[in-house]
Amino acid sequence: MTSNKVNQRVGNEQGEHKSHWSAYQPPTDVSLASKCLLTMNSISKSFGPTRALKSVSLSIQSGEVLALIGENGAGKSTLLKVLSGAHRADAGTMSINNKPYRPRGPQDARAAGVAMIYQELNLAPDLSVEDNLLLGHSNVGAGFLFRSRQRERVQEALNMVGLNLLSPTAIVGEQSVATQQLLEISRALISNANIILFDEPTSSLPQKDVQRLFEIIDRLKRQGMGLVYISHFLEEVRAVADSYNVLRDGENVGEGRINHVNDDQIVSLMVGRDVDDLFPSVPHEPGEPWVSIDSLQGDSLSNEISFDLRRGEIFGVSGLVGAGRTELLRTMFGLDHIEAGQVLVDNAVVPNSVRSKMRAGFGMLSEDRKQEGLAQDLSLIENTTLGNMGKYTTLGLINLRARNKVAEELMQQVEVKSHSGHQQVSELSGGNQQKVAIARILHQDAEILLMDEPTKGIDVGTKAEIYRLMGKLAAQGKTIVFVSSYLPELLAVCDRIGVMSRGEMRAIRDANKWTEDEVMATAMALEESPPI
Amino acid sequence: MVKKLLWQIGPLIALFVIMLLFTIADRYWGAGKFMSGYNLRVTSGSAALIAVPAFGMTLIIISGGIDLSAGTALTLSGTALALSLKAGDPIMNALMLMLLTGCLCGLANGVMISATKVVPFIVTLGTMTIFLGIGQIISGESTVYPPRENIPDWLNLCYTGKDSERYLIPKIPTSVLLAITLGVGVATMMRYTVFGRNVFAIGSSESTARLCGINVPVTVIAVYTIAGFFVAIGGLLYFADVKSGNPSDGTGKELEIIAAVVLGGGSLSGGRGSIFGTMVGALIITVIRSGCSQLSIPNTYTQIFIGCIIIVAVIVDQLRHGSPEWFFRMFRS
Repeated sequence: MTSNKVNQRVGNEQGEHKSHWSAYQPPTDVSLASKCLLTMNSISKSFGPTRALKSVSLSIQSGEVLALIGENGAGKSTLLKVLSGAHRADAGTMSINNKPYRPRGPQDARAAGVAMIYQELNLAPDLSVEDNLLLGHSNVGAGFLFRSRQRERVQEALNMVGLNLLSPTAIVGEQSVATQQLLEISRALISNANIILFDEPTSSLPQKDVQRLFEIIDRLKRQGMGLVYISHFLEEVRAVADSYNVLRDGENVGEGRINHVNDDQIVSLMVGRDVDDLFPSVPHEPGEPWVSIDSLQGDSLSNEISFDLRRGEIFGVSGLVGAGRTELLRTMFGLDHIEAGQVLVDNAVVPNSVRSKMRAGFGMLSEDRKQEGLAQDLSLIENTTLGNMGKYTTLGLINLRARNKVAEELMQQVEVKSHSGHQQVSELSGGNQQKVAIARILHQDAEILLMDEPTKGIDVGTKAEIYRLMGKLAAQGKTIVFVSSYLPELLAVCDRIGVMSRGEMRAIRDANKWTEDEVMATAMALEESPPI
Repeated sequence: MVKKLLWQIGPLIALFVIMLLFTIADRYWGAGKFMSGYNLRVTSGSAALIAVPAFGMTLIIISGGIDLSAGTALTLSGTALALSLKAGDPIMNALMLMLLTGCLCGLANGVMISATKVVPFIVTLGTMTIFLGIGQIISGESTVYPPRENIPDWLNLCYTGKDSERYLIPKIPTSVLLAITLGVGVATMMRYTVFGRNVFAIGSSESTARLCGINVPVTVIAVYTIAGFFVAIGGLLYFADVKSGNPSDGTGKELEIIAAVVLGGGSLSGGRGSIFGTMVGALIITVIRSGCSQLSIPNTYTQIFIGCIIIVAVIVDQLRHGSPEWFFRMFRS
């Protein structure tokens, strides 16, 4: 494949817009130019010595969904933050509707009609739906909030995202993640945004809500809005976007119409090399069953769950968000209170505390990497060795040198890219952070690795590295429980897959006996009415 | 590494600058006694009085908590010591009683915080007045003066700047000796023990600590109890200063203690702080106070000055960590 082929905007209609890419050149065709909603021209941004963006350009037509694609750290989020006013560009110009656009802050962006839906939710959990939607742009009279006047607007915005049945006075923190995500969108709508930026909106959504989100995006598009969509899931990008723009190391490397390229071409643009195998598998042979979950029930796990795990096996757990997958792992690990049932390793009952579970060989990778998975302020070494520093102590004092050496070796083993082990974890990209978290459970000498969404928010290249690592660990005889919302990876990587629905383990089969449709059908079983 | 070192050394630089300014000012407008041996002994002695309880506060703040009851717990321990000496108990018994009082105060805080999950601010706000009340009950609502002959010599001279030849080690105030010994001990504990690292982990992210199998409630209780121990030693230094015990003296002392930690680079959101920094923070407060009094600046202005220094310190700290864009925006727009 030649990258040149993709590197130019393909298609006649788009080709004529090339003139807008150079600054100060008046548009030749006025009618087409008026459709050009947003242009960003040669945007550069540095953070200290790191050049996050090197002369990046981008344009969106009205009624277009542009997919911004790139690995983690490629500069996608930085670019969107420049656009939404959270960062200021060091160089370059932007214009909206052919008027220069220089946001000083998020307020300016909002006034110009730019709204951003972040990967993490940005709602005030204690406030009501209506208060959240009106936050910052309520129609105030002398400082007072006239709620009744706003009701209609709020309801309209809710209807737009399909939340017709949600009461405006409901408390946001009590709603599901999917609902909160939709509320973010309706908040953007209520501020009359016409450019909406989505930063991985689906990373925490179940499949069904993803479909709904796409319908909403489609509706917004037809109303003439311009949308930018960041996602790691290429099939999503394909389903939702009209055109694409690939960033690599803070530079434009290719753009064009999405249906003029195939996935392999996009991936090789992203990683700068051909990725022959998105799901590398390391041969491993599952052995004897040795862990058994016996009628486990807990505070967050209302139904009894039983299953066995074998040595050297990757056991996938699929299901919709809210099906109880995370709760299952947390209860197995003793983080959530266990009410009944037991966990047996080699036929011995493991006591219920986290400590005993760890001693029995369990290790857990949290879904919430930022809050729970890692202590963001602490160094890589500190995070890797947390919870198991006892082995370096003599007379109560830790031998820091020995500890650092082991930690550095482990980080090499999982291929963390960093300046030094003393670096703060928060400075690393998501993929590298995840590797540090994996290094930690390896440091705990875990034999049964409970991994909750280990590839969430991680780029394709790093995902492949993590799959390979999982295969390697299984080949060493470790057992991996792999919870994921991303079906292709489960089907490709796992030996067996259990599908959960409404807190129950519905079915467990060998991975090659499942099809994507069957998994979805099982996961949605008994789900007739929408959860909202 | 360089950045880390700078962070450690930042407060020290501030201390030197402040000392230098006062030395110069003192030469021109003061009596020229700012750098005298006597004044240095008095200043470092007062710094020890703040620093020792602030060591405990450093632990608490690193773990993500706060202790507003430190001031009244300190004078409660001091009053217990005074009462015991007044009753003619042997000094060892009196000291044990004092340490027990402090540790119990800390233990009570820790148990309540761990068991009820009420935020430390509220719990210790409550115990602050409870400890004051208990102190007033045991002291009969008056100052407790033990007879001079019941106070051993080393304790009598523990704090003062006088009779420097009769200190435990000549020329070095016993209070400073105590503070440095304890400081080295607790700093070692924070850096080289599993417990110390766990405290940092809890302050940085409690849920991560739990995920790693750290027993969070027990660690938190231990942190507050150890802090209680340091508060009790602080009570000893307080007693050595005034030679009496009055439980209401402690009101407001907790803020001085917290200020020392913050000036030393401690973060009230947890996960950050250092014993060395806290020592320097305590010195900054007392050097300003002593310098101002040498220059005959009224006490009220001194308070304002210290307040400003604290706020500046926190802003500088913010500038060093992360990038507060508002700061740079001020210059651009």
